[in-house]
Amino acid sequence: MSRLILALVQREARLWLRRKADALLPLLFLAITVTLFGLGARPNDPALAQSAPAVIWVCSLLAMLLGLDRLFREDREDGSLELLQVSGQPLALAVALKLLMHWVMTGLPVCLLAAPLASQLGWSGAGQGTLVLSLVLGTPVLTLIGGFVAALTLGLPRAGLLLPGLVLPLVVPILIFGSGAARLAQSGADPAGPLYFLAAALVLALTLLPGLAAAALRNASD
Amino acid sequence: MEPLLLVQGLAVRRGDRLLLRDLDLRLQPGERLHLRGANGIGKSSLLECLAGLRTAEAGQVVRRAPLHWLGHRHGVNLALSPLENLGYAAALLGAGEAAVLPALEQLGLGRQRHRPCAQLSAGQRRRTALARLLLSRRPLWLLDEPLAGLDAEGIERVGALLDAHLASGGAVLLTSHQPLPGRLGVFLERSLTR
Repeated sequence: MSRLILALVQREARLWLRRKADALLPLLFLAITVTLFGLGARPNDPALAQSAPAVIWVCSLLAMLLGLDRLFREDREDGSLELLQVSGQPLALAVALKLLMHWVMTGLPVCLLAAPLASQLGWSGAGQGTLVLSLVLGTPVLTLIGGFVAALTLGLPRAGLLLPGLVLPLVVPILIFGSGAARLAQSGADPAGPLYFLAAALVLALTLLPGLAAAALRNASD
Repeated sequence: MEPLLLVQGLAVRRGDRLLLRDLDLRLQPGERLHLRGANGIGKSSLLECLAGLRTAEAGQVVRRAPLHWLGHRHGVNLALSPLENLGYAAALLGAGEAAVLPALEQLGLGRQRHRPCAQLSAGQRRRTALARLLLSRRPLWLLDEPLAGLDAEGIERVGALLDAHLASGGAVLLTSHQPLPGRLGVFLERSLTR
């Protein structure tokens, strides 16, 4: 089993490294949109620092959605998905590892970039750690929900248009609690409540969604 | 002798079209069954049903042995090299890493093993997919147009693969619009009609 896990992770890592533009796009999107917020506001506007948690969370969420529709499409079109299904290996494990690699290549850099971007918006010091923690807990949930919906819409025409419309309502609670935690920390209040919610959502999503996404993929090839 | 594949009363639907119905098949060790029929008749959908990739409308499919699947899509990622694709397939199929290079060499891909598959011809991609058949011993082979894109030398190599597999007690069910290469095994043919 460990060889299979290693092979699945290695394959995904190779594919990400050979499609550097796909890996960099979410980061560039996040950096550019947050920077544009800074340029669009008045210089040293305190309102910008106050809205920084929401700005960074919204931009991170949108950045994570980029390219989600391609998550399983290539494997379906080249026949790799069929190979995986016929091999007798657990499809849910393969899906979980694919989503893990998606998070490592998009979500993790977003988390690492959050603190410098917060400083760029004039928010320094207190609460930045909570912002990063909220993203560390929240962005994997975005990947898991996005992956599930991408699997669900795989066999459908115009899935690229349908996917954001289906994902956005599902991820709104994550956005609300994520930016809420960072906002509470920024104002000096205790952010534990929303962070616990994000942690619970992560456990629930990790438990349910890879299996559901695998079932949706089986359906898509039917 | 117990069949490796037994199909009873199978009906196959694609979308709103019922492609096949009341289909019975038996495939025993040492047999090669060549499915023929016009384009769109349902050969690929039938093979998908037999491999468990598509749900049958009615009937029963019993597979009594692990299978190798080769669909009309290669199952080869174009960004990866033949070596990387086969290494991944070996892990999926539970085969040893040591089987990868000999499999590629047997299909004549030794020199191209490090080149991304995007730079290979359609025939070389097909050979990469065919090399999967050599990674691990699986008695039942379901092959959809295995000869597509192959040159005469490639077709000869496939003939040798089929002969070796049938001689070792395997069975093959395949679709092809061309005459099958190879000499060994019991040759069966089935034409699908509307």
